[in-house]
Amino acid sequence: MADYKYKRITLFAGHYGSGKTNIAVNFALRMRAEGKAVKIADLDIVNPYFRTKDSMRELSEAGVELISPSFANTNVDLPALPQEVYSIFHHPDTYAVLDVGGDDRGAYALGRYTPYILEEGDYEMIYVANFYRPLTTTVEDTIEVMREIESACGIRFTSIINNSNLGNITTADTINATIDRADRLSAMTGLPLIFTTVVDTEGVNAPNLMKLNLQEKYFDIKEN
Amino acid sequence: MSDKVLMKGNEAIAEAAIKAGCRHYFGYPITPQTEIAAYMAKRMPKIGGTFLQAESEIAAINMVYGVAGAGYRVMTSSSSPGISLKLEGISYIAGADLPALIVNVQRGGPGLGGIQPSQSDYYQATKGGGHGDYHLIVYAPASVQEMADYTIKAFEVSDKYRVPAMLLADGTMGQMMEPVSLPDVPVVEVDKPWAVRGTGKARPHNIINSLYLNPETLEKTNFERFERYRLIEENECLYEEYMTEDADVIVVAFGIAARISKNAVVEARKRGLKVGMLRPITLWPFPNKPLRKLADTAKGFVSVELSMGQMIDDVRLATECKRPVSLCNRTGGMIPTPEQVLESIEKMLKEVE
Repeated sequence: MADYKYKRITLFAGHYGSGKTNIAVNFALRMRAEGKAVKIADLDIVNPYFRTKDSMRELSEAGVELISPSFANTNVDLPALPQEVYSIFHHPDTYAVLDVGGDDRGAYALGRYTPYILEEGDYEMIYVANFYRPLTTTVEDTIEVMREIESACGIRFTSIINNSNLGNITTADTINATIDRADRLSAMTGLPLIFTTVVDTEGVNAPNLMKLNLQEKYFDIKEN
Repeated sequence: MSDKVLMKGNEAIAEAAIKAGCRHYFGYPITPQTEIAAYMAKRMPKIGGTFLQAESEIAAINMVYGVAGAGYRVMTSSSSPGISLKLEGISYIAGADLPALIVNVQRGGPGLGGIQPSQSDYYQATKGGGHGDYHLIVYAPASVQEMADYTIKAFEVSDKYRVPAMLLADGTMGQMMEPVSLPDVPVVEVDKPWAVRGTGKARPHNIINSLYLNPETLEKTNFERFERYRLIEENECLYEEYMTEDADVIVVAFGIAARISKNAVVEARKRGLKVGMLRPITLWPFPNKPLRKLADTAKGFVSVELSMGQMIDDVRLATECKRPVSLCNRTGGMIPTPEQVLESIEKMLKEVE
């Protein structure tokens, strides 16, 4: 990731369950490790589970400011966003990562900030792709989801991350089998494929690998 | 390469239902099963099916009643409080001898409870829940793969016996993502001569009904239904035994509790303790026979549940109280750890030594 130049605002959106939150947290921690002042905002008002706040300890220890709905992880299903999100637009010297909810349903909540983001201009809107998710196994279905998200929030994607994985049985072959589709998605949308995510880089035949640290799990079920 | 996809348990249920030929879904959103409805809303219009968000759970279950009467594969899904609302309709469907699938992705209760996982609807699922003499065939999957497999199985068995089936999962099973492979099942069109879908003026009217004012007739229909229940008990009971042969203590657990307990059993074996597990896959019919048999060789049982202890009654009945049965549990949305299960196993071992 050495060559990648961070924009002031980085947004992660994509299909439900494609791994946006995990990548957003990794992104924020990397920026911070490079010495930048970083805020990360959880804009997901659709899903009460698997939140940015699950990484609260890690983020706060690293010195990343977490902006999270007051009701996140309280098991209260309340679709409210905190006013602190606006601080992102009032502190142009700080880098910001926005973790958007899944699908068009999750992206509607981003719409209220769209005028600020577009006015500022220095942003990257990243589509997180997982070709192993059942409703986005093809390039065509993926593009449909991308267009739905763009219509819902009013911001067009500027780049793609290939996060194709099968959870804990992911191998290099699992990822390699999606490289063609990721390239075709990039060609058909005209958007650069900026990273392919891996946990282990060995045997993965794609340029620009981004090594991920997985979020802490509530509990781990071993397979026997 | 692989035909596997990465799915949430809820999504696996929805896609498996479609594979099984279900083209009618009626529901009302509730956490932690809303993904089932969301998935159906996306998929059904593309394959000529019906997705309908009803005005309430009660409306949804009665729509299921209607489509089941017309002889088509149909389902609804909800979570604990929503299932309580559906119970009247479920009883009517059972009384009218119709096949249908009801999915309960359980959350903590009673009342509105919480949104974290639970198994405290065991009584409701296996002991009627609604009014009258009836049973549901109840499947308790323990992985995302099984969420898919037993959804398909539930449709098949439900059709075969004209008995509504329930898939009893919990919030963890619904929300967790695992790789899953969805089988291409040949959809067998079951002959349904009783279905109400037009006579073509070629036969007398079929009537779908659960009202029998003549008590002799009502008794007769109940006797006939319970004859089918007897066949289901004989032929459709499913369970998994794990290292039970020489076990002194048998852990009994289903669904997510079985996943956790298996880790405890493995750890116990590492320590040289003779421990095994019996995992009921159908909760009704309950695996009475294998448990009764294990009561001859094992010295004690531990029932692991995400409730205040409900299945433990059935373990006691199945083992005819020949051996002590203890409870290892968390409730209200809390989940026992493998360490807690191991402690309960060790305690039982001490008790029976």
